[in-house]
Amino acid sequence: MTITSVDTDYDSLTTTLVADFDNPIDQVWELWSDPRKLERWWGPPGYPATVEKHALTPGGEVTYFLTGPEGDRSWGLWRVTSVDPPTSLQFTDAFADSDGAPLEDSPVSVISVRLLKHEGGTRMEIRMTFETREDMDRIVDMGTVEGLKQGVAQMRGLLAP
Amino acid sequence: MVVDETPSEVVDEVFRALADSTRRDILRRCATDEPSVSGLAQAYPMSFAAVQKHVAVLERAGLVVKVRRGREQLVHTDVAAVERARQALDELEATWRGRVERMSNVLATGVTK
Repeated sequence: MTITSVDTDYDSLTTTLVADFDNPIDQVWELWSDPRKLERWWGPPGYPATVEKHALTPGGEVTYFLTGPEGDRSWGLWRVTSVDPPTSLQFTDAFADSDGAPLEDSPVSVISVRLLKHEGGTRMEIRMTFETREDMDRIVDMGTVEGLKQGVAQMRGLLAP
Repeated sequence: MVVDETPSEVVDEVFRALADSTRRDILRRCATDEPSVSGLAQAYPMSFAAVQKHVAVLERAGLVVKVRRGREQLVHTDVAAVERARQALDELEATWRGRVERMSNVLATGVTK
């Protein structure tokens, strides 16, 4: 897998990440469509995800919780806006309470995924933005997202013999 | 200055203010310099009133501050407010870089050929 490009467009306040996989498109799609596979990559290191509800249909919801090192749980909720297997998926992601209801003060990010066959493998394009500037500020305030350092550490782990 | 308690209508102003290329250019100029509104107006192929309007949008969003010096209105960027927007997108990017790396792990270990 190669991260081919990461572009931030300040016109639309959107970051677009393009990654190329050697695997066929159906296998890459299963990372999203199979809840057992989704939970293996969604949570940051040390915070494994457990997916409860998983309805990849327009208007459908995906609910999950992350379990922290102390056994603490934090819940999250996707609202699926559109889906077209195995090529596209759009959803919003927000923090939720333990009943799966979105938290009122949660930052909401808007995620759009496209998959296409590319040079014998699969190209995945992820566009990410926020519903409002307020959501942006909350992301910064909460510091909820993992750092680039963790990503790099994992990359090293992958490359280690 | 944008504070966390800012009503949502006002923070939406920030979002809108940043989504225009002329306004972002004004932000860049006013981050390194402190031009007057009339000085700014000369830099763009548009009317004084149009530039003044852009500055007003930025000011309402808390991204620039106007100070009066003598007969002139000087404009400077609130760098901290602009930096927050950048930071938020960077954080989101870092999250997804990590996720994509893990996807790659799942594909490498979870697939039997």
